Amino acid sequence: MVYIYIMTMALVTYLIRMLPLTVYRKKIENRTMKSFLYYVPYTCLTAMTFPGILYSTGNIISAAAGFLVALILGFKEKSLIVVAAVSCVAVYICEAVLKMI
Amino acid sequence: MKLKNTLSGPEFCSGLKDGIPIAMGYFAVSFSFGVLARKGGLLPMVAGLISLSNVTSAGQFAGLEIIIAGGSILVMILTQFIINLRYALMSLSLSQKLPDNIGFAKRLIIAFANTDEIFAVAMARKKTLSFRYMVGLELLPVLSWTFGTICGAVASDLLPKSIQIALGLALYGMFVAIVLPVAKKEKNVLFAVVMAMLISMILFYVPVFKCLPSGMPIVIATVLSSFLAAVVYPVENDTEPSGDASSGQKTSLSENASSGISSSDNNTKEEA
Repeated sequence: MVYIYIMTMALVTYLIRMLPLTVYRKKIENRTMKSFLYYVPYTCLTAMTFPGILYSTGNIISAAAGFLVALILGFKEKSLIVVAAVSCVAVYICEAVLKMI
Repeated sequence: MKLKNTLSGPEFCSGLKDGIPIAMGYFAVSFSFGVLARKGGLLPMVAGLISLSNVTSAGQFAGLEIIIAGGSILVMILTQFIINLRYALMSLSLSQKLPDNIGFAKRLIIAFANTDEIFAVAMARKKTLSFRYMVGLELLPVLSWTFGTICGAVASDLLPKSIQIALGLALYGMFVAIVLPVAKKEKNVLFAVVMAMLISMILFYVPVFKCLPSGMPIVIATVLSSFLAAVVYPVENDTEPSGDASSGQKTSLSENASSGISSSDNNTKEEA
């Protein structure tokens, strides 16, 4: 079953990339459509992150700590890897502290 | 052999070189994806297969959720369609930049890994694009994306539980790092992001919406908030045909992905 999922994902993704490069090569003129497509990457990443991130560690407190650190570093425009790594460290420390209490 | 001809020469090497910073950034992101996939119960090779066949972060991540939840194929199709729709825009722009002598079959290959970052680098290239350059550009990032996923999945079995738990947050952290710097600078993106957060929260916490199939909340939140933002803040029509929206924002995505490697990537700097 998992392979059917993967094939479906791969096929849809490929078709979206392939058709405009080969068959359908017209420009998108509609301004609302263009704007919509401009926002999609940000909104879908946001919708996937929140509130999902709060449940990514199995403990809402450590996850919130990681999220907070990611927000601060992201706001400071640190690189992707730095933000990810440091927020993971924050989760790790928070989990360790919670265990001691 | 024809393949051997394609995988050689200065154009191919130039592509390879431009692909190195992307490949390095991809390793870290796909590693986090591998960790999550393993956590969700997928075998490392299956996780690797997802990466090899999809080569996209957001779509794979949403797809992974559906796989883990055992969602329906229809929702899978819809989710992938919406989340990856932006690639249509990128492929359209790339299509205008590819010279006409690159035929149908070659375009079929190029399309496979037209990711945000590869698109950005290809569009920023001052020289004419060639098939060999594109193959070279795509090769290392695809391999690294796949290999990183497998490494992440394998590593998550070997690491102690406490580190596994901490790594579960990594991919989300990267998403924050992609979105926040842009939302900070552009108030229209901030509006879109806040809307997405609100809608996503409502769908998550209001009990009525618990009946929604896995993956659907992401689709609904994405479509609604993007549409609202498109109506309230339409994007300016720039001179560059249809690529204006994507190239601007892809730049930030790609810089983010490769900025972990600091030096050596002069191509990503050119676009800025």
